[in-house]
Amino acid sequence: MPSSRRGRLLVGGVLIAVLLSTLAGCGGYTKESIPPPYRKTVNLTLASTTSTQDTGLFDVLIPAFEKDNPAIKVKVVAVGSGEAIQMGKDGNADVLLVHSPADEVTFMQDDYGLTRKALMYNDFVVIGPASDPAHIKGSASAAAAFAKIADSASPFVSRGDASGTNSKELKIWKAAGLSPAPAKDPWYKVTGQGMGDSIKVADETGAYTLSDRGTYLKMRAAGATKAAVLVEGGKDLLNHYHVIVVRDARRLDAAKTFSSWITGPRGQAVIRDFGARDYGRPLFILEKSVGQEEDQ
Amino acid sequence: MNLGGLTLFTNAFRQGFQTLFHSAAAPVGSGGVDLLNIIFTSLRVSLLATVIALLIGIPAGYWLGTRRSIGRLAALAIANAGMGLPPTVAGLFVAMLLSRYGLFGPLSLLYTKTAIVIVQTVIATPVVAALVASGVAAVPAQLRLQVRSLGASHLQEIAATLREARLTMFAAVAAGFGAIISEVGAVTMVGGNLAGDTRVMTTAIVQFTRMGDYGPAIVLAVILLGIVLLVNVFITIEQVRDERYMKATRRARRIRPPQVGR
Repeated sequence: MPSSRRGRLLVGGVLIAVLLSTLAGCGGYTKESIPPPYRKTVNLTLASTTSTQDTGLFDVLIPAFEKDNPAIKVKVVAVGSGEAIQMGKDGNADVLLVHSPADEVTFMQDDYGLTRKALMYNDFVVIGPASDPAHIKGSASAAAAFAKIADSASPFVSRGDASGTNSKELKIWKAAGLSPAPAKDPWYKVTGQGMGDSIKVADETGAYTLSDRGTYLKMRAAGATKAAVLVEGGKDLLNHYHVIVVRDARRLDAAKTFSSWITGPRGQAVIRDFGARDYGRPLFILEKSVGQEEDQ
Repeated sequence: MNLGGLTLFTNAFRQGFQTLFHSAAAPVGSGGVDLLNIIFTSLRVSLLATVIALLIGIPAGYWLGTRRSIGRLAALAIANAGMGLPPTVAGLFVAMLLSRYGLFGPLSLLYTKTAIVIVQTVIATPVVAALVASGVAAVPAQLRLQVRSLGASHLQEIAATLREARLTMFAAVAAGFGAIISEVGAVTMVGGNLAGDTRVMTTAIVQFTRMGDYGPAIVLAVILLGIVLLVNVFITIEQVRDERYMKATRRARRIRPPQVGR
C-alpha cells in the first residue's frame, strides 16, 4: 500500500530527525573544540630533482621545516633538474633545490632568481657489474674510467634526461674527449628516466652507469641492484646543491623563509644527520660556504 | 586566466615542428632528437602486437562467443576482466618474467622491442577476445545452422559468422590498437625508453615533459592524437557502411523470411 508506506517513511524520518537533534545537543560544538586559531597557511612549491627525492631527504627535511614554520605547507615537486629550472622560469615553483650548476648560473644571469645559496654536496659513483669487463676499478678519475669503457665498447647506461646527474655525466665524457651517442655507439644506452630506473636498466643489461651515491645505496640496500661501486672519490664526481629563491615567486616570503631555514642551523642539523643511521655515513655533506650567496 | 600563457603553446609548437623537420631532413645517426624514429618504432611495435593479438584473440573470441559450456563462462569472465587489466600490472609481471633474475632471464629480452611487443600483446589480446566474443554471440545461431545446411565447411561457417560480426571486429582492432599505442606505464617498465631503440611516442612524451622540453612533447602528442583519430574515423566509416548493409539485409529478410528456425 503506497499511502501507508509513505506514512511509515514520514514517521521514520521524524524519529531520525529528533534523534539527530538530541545527539547534536549532547555533543555540542563549543568554542574550545574548534581547532587552534585558523592561521592562513601558505602553500610553498619546492621544485627539486628525482634523485634528491629518491634519497628520502625530503621525508625528514620537510616535516622539520613545517614544524618550525607551521604557517607554511611545502609541496615538493620532484622532476629532472631541467624541468625544475623550467618550473622556476614559468613561475610554477617558488624555490628550487637543484644540482646543475651550469644551468643554475644561466638561470641567475637571466634574472629569474633572487638568491642562490650554497648548501651541500654529495658524490657520484661509477657503478657496474662486479666482473668489471672494462677494468675501470681503481681509475684515478671518472674521466679515465669512462675512456676505458668507451675503448672496450662496454655497455653504458646514460639517463639522458637533462637531469643534474645527466649533465654531470656529459661533462665527464667531455673531459675524456668523447661524445658517445646511441646512433653511432650501440653500447651507449639512453633511458631518459630517473636514477632508480636507469640503475635497473644498467643492472639488467650488465652495463656501467653514473649514479649519485644516495640512490645507489638505497637501491643496493633494497636488493634492487647487484651492481658494485667501481670508481669513487674523484674530484670530477662531486655534486653541488644550491637553493634558489625564484624572483617572481608567488609565495616569495615563504620561499625566503625556506632558503634561510635550510641554510641555517636547523636545516644544517637535519642534513648532517640524514642517512648516517641507515648507511653509516651522511648522504649529504654541508658545504664549507653554506648559506653564502653565489650569483654566478 | 593567464592569456600570456598561450605563448607557452605557440612557442612549443614552433620549436617542436622545427625539431621534427630537422629530424626528417637530417641523415640517420646525426644526433639530436630523432622524432621520426620514435614515431616509426611506436607504429611498428604496436601494429605487430595488434596483429598477434588478433591472431590469438579472434579464434579465442569466436570460441567464447559460440560455445555453450561452463568452461566458456569462466573463460569469458576472464577475458572480460582482462579488458580491465591495468596495463601497469601486465607490465610488472612481464618485467619480472623477463628480468635477468626471472624465469626467462637467459633470453635477455627485458628492455628490447620484443619485450614491448610481448606486453602490448598481453594487454590487447583480452580486449580483442572479449569484443569478438560479444560480437559473435550477437549473431543469431540460426545463421550458422543455415550456412551449414547449405553445405558450408566449418571454416566457411566461421567466416560467415565473423562477417556478420564485422563491426565488432573493427571495434576490436581499434580498441586493441588504441589501448596499446597510448599506453605508457607497461611500455616504460619493459622497454626502458632507450633512445633510438625502445623509445616510443608515449614514453618520449613523458620524458620530454619531465625535462621541460614541451616542443617535441607536443609534436608527438599531436601525432599520437592524429593516429588515434584516424583509426576511429576508419571505424566510423565502416560503421556507417555496416548500417547500410544491415538495412539492406533486413529488407531482404522481409521479402524472404528465414527458412531455418523453430
